[in-house]
Amino acid sequence: MSAPLYSWGRYPDAPQTAHSCHWQSELPSLLTELANTHGSTLPYGNGRSYGDSCLAASSQALHMRSLDRFIHVDWQRGIVQAEAGVTLAEILTLAIPHGWFLSVTPGTQFVTLGGAIANDVHGKNHHVRGTFGNHVRCFGLIRQGQGMLNCSPDENPDLYAATIGGLGLTGIIAWSEIQLMPIRSSQIDSSVVRFSNLAEFFTLSAELDHQHEYSVAWIDCLAKGVNAGRGVFIVGDHAPYGSLEVDARAKREVPLTPPISLINNLSLRAFNEAYWRSHPLQHTFKRSSYDTFFYPLDGLLHWNRIYGRKGFQQYQCVIPDAAAEAATKELLRVIAESGQGSFLAVLKRCGNIASPGLMSFPLPGTSLALDFPQKASLAALFVRLDDIVRKAGGRLYPAKDAHMSGVDFRQAYPAWEKLEALRDPTLMSCFWKRVIT
Amino acid sequence: MKRVLIVGATSAIATACARLWAEQGAEFFLVARNSEKLEQTRSDLLARGAKVVTSYTMDVTDFSGHAEMVEQCRAALQQIDIALIAHGTLPNQRACEQDVETALSEFAINGTSVISLLTLLAKQFETQHCGTLAVISSVAGDRGRPSNYLYGTAKAAVSTFCEGLRARLYKVGVHVIDIKPGFVDTPMTQGLPLPAQLVVKPEQIAKRIVKGIENKTNVLYTPGFWKAIMLIIKLVPQFVFKKTNL
Repeated sequence: MSAPLYSWGRYPDAPQTAHSCHWQSELPSLLTELANTHGSTLPYGNGRSYGDSCLAASSQALHMRSLDRFIHVDWQRGIVQAEAGVTLAEILTLAIPHGWFLSVTPGTQFVTLGGAIANDVHGKNHHVRGTFGNHVRCFGLIRQGQGMLNCSPDENPDLYAATIGGLGLTGIIAWSEIQLMPIRSSQIDSSVVRFSNLAEFFTLSAELDHQHEYSVAWIDCLAKGVNAGRGVFIVGDHAPYGSLEVDARAKREVPLTPPISLINNLSLRAFNEAYWRSHPLQHTFKRSSYDTFFYPLDGLLHWNRIYGRKGFQQYQCVIPDAAAEAATKELLRVIAESGQGSFLAVLKRCGNIASPGLMSFPLPGTSLALDFPQKASLAALFVRLDDIVRKAGGRLYPAKDAHMSGVDFRQAYPAWEKLEALRDPTLMSCFWKRVIT
Repeated sequence: MKRVLIVGATSAIATACARLWAEQGAEFFLVARNSEKLEQTRSDLLARGAKVVTSYTMDVTDFSGHAEMVEQCRAALQQIDIALIAHGTLPNQRACEQDVETALSEFAINGTSVISLLTLLAKQFETQHCGTLAVISSVAGDRGRPSNYLYGTAKAAVSTFCEGLRARLYKVGVHVIDIKPGFVDTPMTQGLPLPAQLVVKPEQIAKRIVKGIENKTNVLYTPGFWKAIMLIIKLVPQFVFKKTNL
């Protein structure tokens, strides 16, 4: 009855049959039933993972979105306990009026709590707060035949560590308790300045990151020659005064999926030029609401449809500090040369706060992320990019990935064997099947 | 601040409505059969802003318990601004055709129990001279379709009862709204081969219900396009209708 589920990039084209769960008490039997009938399954949240990490190898997904109840909230201490299908947007709606904000938020508020843990997501404040997992106090994990296990740094610590960034493979996260961060206002004081090359980006980052809660940069991935590496550097902090208001933007929607991608070399070049020019040469300060600062794309529902029926892939890598500048320069050169890419190109310096998760993506270094409309020629480009990342000792982000080789994955995430040992045998994703064999 | 009684409080549509009222700081008296699910619903509404939530475990087919429940509710809320009757099952039509007991027990859940509750609540509402009785029936009550006519019969009984009750209570300032949802994506409809384009989320239904209660709508089809669909279906003459497998 329910429409099939896809990943956010709609690539690979592997529609999933949804098996909805509405009550925590149904989870153990649903898990057993799916395992018996289909061999394996995988929890699916709100479908914001880009590649195939959220797709069940059996195409039978355990849909968690309806498990969306709050269990307990403590507005004195900023602690929220909720079922795994609650979205970060729903948490913000309740928390902001009480003066609390997510300690770490990714670029969309439409991910579920369970998904945020399973992918150990990070945000613009990685350099000061680490990943989402750094703020997870505990969670309940349902494993086949074991019922509900409480996991925290003190209780079942192995499963706690393996589940944070564990791609939904260690069991079903039924609920979680997270620590929020106090705010005095829901507005963000931000400052933007454009930079004309990568060296300037690194100078700005070294100078500004430690002074601000949030820091990120947009980069023109098509610029060549003297313009190569130009972009816009953005920093921000929660305003010290102002109102506590919940996002009330009227959302627009991409109503249908066009047969071909609306993002092409021509539209992109024009957009990037205009976007770069629209930003000031000098630092410019402004105050914006949190939603436009963190979630500019959430204002356009189903924006992934603009890439057409073939979908798109995101390439996100992180390069360790020592090699970051040279490797990023090389990556951008190869991308610009290929003429592919999109306006969603993001550069961010990650800090050195360790995540409790075994398989966390960020490491001290620079992360580059950009979207590519899906086409056959991408494979060759990704081979070249993977080469650069590998030589620089970097790695790719499983939550965004639909292409990395098993060899690269196992090299970059040596803890994979521990995760595999703790994996619930009834859970298997297309991603995991692809990279561990 | 609204004071709300919900019977069938753990149902997906009821929960979605309750969350909207909770945002406004409503006070609740929740009735459902499963105490564990009821407790989870209660915690959720409290976190979402409900002022007070009292939970009460009751099986609607235990008719003798209805009066006590209404009394407890009155004691807890003092005045009931909204009573939402949302419980129900989707019977297996084939099983109802084979077994009288099954048919009658399904009718009791979806039909008679609602009539019993509304009769008791009407007395309470009559004394308070205000408030709204909101009853979830179904588009299925508009015609007796071969695939689902036991359910349809019970819902038709509820709708006709509501029509009479509305005319009676109108004179004392009490409103009765008959809510007729189409296909909704809930545990009740899980696994049914419904056309995906016509199935909507309970949150969408809830928004219309809350608005319909505020606007004192009499009969609310939700989503709205069901009014047109049912109008057409109601116009199909018997000699044609009996040949269908709807």
